[in-house]
Amino acid sequence: MSDLTKLSLSDARDGLDKGDFSAVELTQAHVQAMDSHRELNAFITEVPDLALERAKEADYNRSHGQAGALEGLPLGIKDLFCTEGILTTAASHILDGFTPPYESTVTANLKAAGAVTLGKTNLDEFAMGSSNESSYYGAAHNPWKKQGDPRNLVPGGSSGGSAAAVAAHMCLGATGTDTGGSIRQPASFCGIVGMKPTYGRCSRWGVVAFSSSLDQAGPMTRTVRDSAILLSIMAGHDPKDSTSADMPVPDFEAALSGDIKGLRIGLPAEYRPDNLNSDVAALWDKGIGWLKDAGAEVVDISLPHTKYALPTYYIVAPAEASANLARYDGVRFGLRVEGDSLDDMYAETRAVGFGAEVKRRILIGTYALSAGYYDAYYLKAQKVRQLIHQDFVTAFENVDAILTPTAPTPAFPIGENSDDLIAMYLNDVFTVPASLAGIPGISVPAGLSNEGLPLGLQLLTKRWDEETLFRVAGVLEHAAGFSGLPSDGEG
Amino acid sequence: MSLDDTTVRKIAHLARINVAETDLAPLAKELSGILDWIEQLQEVDTSAVEPMTGGTDMTLNWRKDAVTDGGHPEKVLANAPESHEGFFGVPKVIE
Amino acid sequence: MTFLIKGETETWEVVIGLEVHAQVVSDAKLFSGAPTDFGANPNSQVSFVDAGMPGMLPVINEICVEQAVRTGLGLKAQINNRSVFSRKNYFYADLPQGYQISQFDLPIVGEGTIILDMPDGVSREIGIERLHLEQDAGKSIHDLHPSKTFIDLNRSGVALMEIVSKPDMRSPDEAGAYLRKLRSILRYLGTCDGNMDEGSMRCDANVSVRPVGETELRTRCEVKNVNSVRFVMQAIEHEARRHVDVYESGGEISQETRQYDPNKGETRSMRSKEMAHDYRYTAGLAPEFTDPAPDDAASIWIGSDPNGARAFDGTVTIAVYDNQATFDPCSVHPDGTANGETVRDPACDNASIEVRWENPTKNTDGTPLTDLAETEVYFGTAAGVYESSVTLPADQTATRVDGLKIGSTYFVSAKAVNSQGIRSEWSNEVELTAAEAAVALGYKRAGPLRSFARRVTQWAILRPLWRRTVYRTG
Repeated sequence: MSDLTKLSLSDARDGLDKGDFSAVELTQAHVQAMDSHRELNAFITEVPDLALERAKEADYNRSHGQAGALEGLPLGIKDLFCTEGILTTAASHILDGFTPPYESTVTANLKAAGAVTLGKTNLDEFAMGSSNESSYYGAAHNPWKKQGDPRNLVPGGSSGGSAAAVAAHMCLGATGTDTGGSIRQPASFCGIVGMKPTYGRCSRWGVVAFSSSLDQAGPMTRTVRDSAILLSIMAGHDPKDSTSADMPVPDFEAALSGDIKGLRIGLPAEYRPDNLNSDVAALWDKGIGWLKDAGAEVVDISLPHTKYALPTYYIVAPAEASANLARYDGVRFGLRVEGDSLDDMYAETRAVGFGAEVKRRILIGTYALSAGYYDAYYLKAQKVRQLIHQDFVTAFENVDAILTPTAPTPAFPIGENSDDLIAMYLNDVFTVPASLAGIPGISVPAGLSNEGLPLGLQLLTKRWDEETLFRVAGVLEHAAGFSGLPSDGEG
Repeated sequence: MSLDDTTVRKIAHLARINVAETDLAPLAKELSGILDWIEQLQEVDTSAVEPMTGGTDMTLNWRKDAVTDGGHPEKVLANAPESHEGFFGVPKVIE
Repeated sequence: MTFLIKGETETWEVVIGLEVHAQVVSDAKLFSGAPTDFGANPNSQVSFVDAGMPGMLPVINEICVEQAVRTGLGLKAQINNRSVFSRKNYFYADLPQGYQISQFDLPIVGEGTIILDMPDGVSREIGIERLHLEQDAGKSIHDLHPSKTFIDLNRSGVALMEIVSKPDMRSPDEAGAYLRKLRSILRYLGTCDGNMDEGSMRCDANVSVRPVGETELRTRCEVKNVNSVRFVMQAIEHEARRHVDVYESGGEISQETRQYDPNKGETRSMRSKEMAHDYRYTAGLAPEFTDPAPDDAASIWIGSDPNGARAFDGTVTIAVYDNQATFDPCSVHPDGTANGETVRDPACDNASIEVRWENPTKNTDGTPLTDLAETEVYFGTAAGVYESSVTLPADQTATRVDGLKIGSTYFVSAKAVNSQGIRSEWSNEVELTAAEAAVALGYKRAGPLRSFARRVTQWAILRPLWRRTVYRTG
């Protein structure tokens, strides 16, 4: 790894500003890192030529005093964001060859700020998964391995390619999307910072939809500061997304004051089941200590409907997905498998084009919305969702932030959980409630398991209070002093 | 909640996903497993609860009645597996 | 004026409810910024939203909401302050998203009324069940290729108001009067141009019959997409007689969707039962209406909302159209507004206009026209806005309208219809001044034909079109 890939995004920005190196040099270093880590399968599509071209422009802009906030900084883009002129797959066979004639608002914002796109990162098909194993393009690998165990581990999911690419220093940061934990859980598995903003903070326009009431884009970076910098650019009102918040975007970087004295931090009892992984439990306790030491007040709280969050999610998200994925029919874009009739063509195209997990979720969703079951499943789930939301509203009357583990376990070997669907779904047990409630959350790498794998701690705040979230996250990051690079990251 | 093959066949048809006859039974078992697990929602008393239909409680944005789009049929058709003379093409629909 | 069908064993009453799809007058579509003009080149009025491209999101057009509210006021209907959009899921080639954004629970407009003044002097009050907004689908064209269906998405996403009546009508005449009255209201309010032949107003008729005296409703059939008032009336009568025949021969009517064939004068089943089930139209509380997505499922608010959501600022202060008035040009309002009582203009009943024309002889591709079936002649009091029409057999080449107001100006245009029911483009429009009926009217040939170019699309060239000339007075 070259020195330039060791930099954080903010350091790289400052280095470019000072003229220590050029955007082309920075980009070349990351292109080389992509080459040398291709075994991680972190990218579905790499665009090194475009990236270098863009980097040249960035150097020109900077030399002419026209540098944007991210001018010349190379990033990975989750392949769920539509990128004009660049293949966009959602890691699905059904989007074969789809080259969008439009650019998603979030990536357009990044481009406008001068960022350099290195390529499109791997993910679970249509962002449905927690391990990246459902990608049509093959699983991405976690750059970390257990001590003394050569098996490849999952990077988590669905934003597994972004997490692996950031952890392996193939890019300075990446975009992710989080529907039930798809940014935070892979961040925990790969030892990076993953942040899901308040629902409505980032535009969903041009992001391939999975579950429209839950999907939210966010940054994946190696530091909390980088996360704040990227979110400031990604976020903002977009009239093309009717749920995009028409409110100003704060300067999140400025929120990193390092001072959390007097803040009240809630610890939800429901996140500590009897069988909680002992490494995870121990790290959570350490985290509580760090925040106390920094002057925060720790408060026991209850989020009583937590145990219903996952089953609620597995109705709401598939129901929305069953409608959102109806457009993949072989008529206007992507894969078509010919059939004798229109219906045959649909059914064949969708049978061949969708993978097993996507099909399962479409079928569950179709069932939950079908005659006679709507009230029992979908309507019921929407009501329980309201209760879960209310749990948080009540809790935030009394606390400023909530601290929990991000994921119930560290990363697991590829293939290990693929036979037990419910066990796989349980990966998101700590992240899904915040998604259902629409509140922001961040996973901060805080320590290692006894097998040497990274573990994250999750912070949550009330809607639109990302500033407090970043402020506490900065303190947690500092106290944890997490510096462990992946075992093969030095290669 | 146990799904039988017939129900799975019906749902798969509604969702326009071909499922081979031999795959119906294992799929029914998988889906039934998920639905059994979801069944615990029925424990929750939601009699006085309004459903939460979206991820935000903010007011939705509206658009003005202005023509700001269209006029680019080539882009609309650019990714089509089949097109003829400016139209998308599909197998003939017999009405 | 009672309409009863005398059967072998019983005398039957007809029960009719109408669902009208009226295209909202707006520049842009319901959820996108693409234009709504009729007759453009294929897929040229399509945004990526309308094409259901990945990641595209709908944002509602405020004018469409306003137009629906305005129409609701004209129907003396309840306006719902909170209204919800839902997705109606089904697969079809011209439905790019795989669902139609529509409304199920909480439509924009609730119950209202239309009052019909029947020719026999009786007033009939017809209930409006609801009015909701929804997206139109694209267009499937089946006759351009031997083995392909072609899809044009120009219509995809255009705003429609679905206006559903209660099953309050009892005769084809009432159904006809209802449609004409509704069309007048929509045109008066400027919320829909009401052109049934261009598809901007389409009608589905729900028809059932029952023996006189029976109070329960029997199974109904839905006759879909009938495109003229006259055909709606005919279709209802045919469908009602079919029901009577079935019942009297000991059969049962099954609920289904049917299509009216004006040439054969019959309705026929459009979809097998299994297909009907596919469309998931069967359930009462239709579960196919999901409201999962905030994009299109989230509430919109009209009027003052206690939760502080967007208020529809009360600027919808339109003159509430009193739908007891009609657009009979002889009805005038003494106070010069559309409100209040109407009186009969004494100058009426003394004037007439007469139109003559020559039938077209060629199709647009130059081949001889051999199967001209009918001529539809349209009349209106403003250019391009026709409020009434007559349909005449092909061998008739003149018509006369009596009972008009002396000195008033009328605008007349015509369309030819072939035996397949395909209409020509509009003829040129003539402007006529109603004269004393006794005055003989002379005719001379009109000027050059109005250009068809604007409407002749790439595909239309492949389809038969007719030219016609219209003579004007002078």
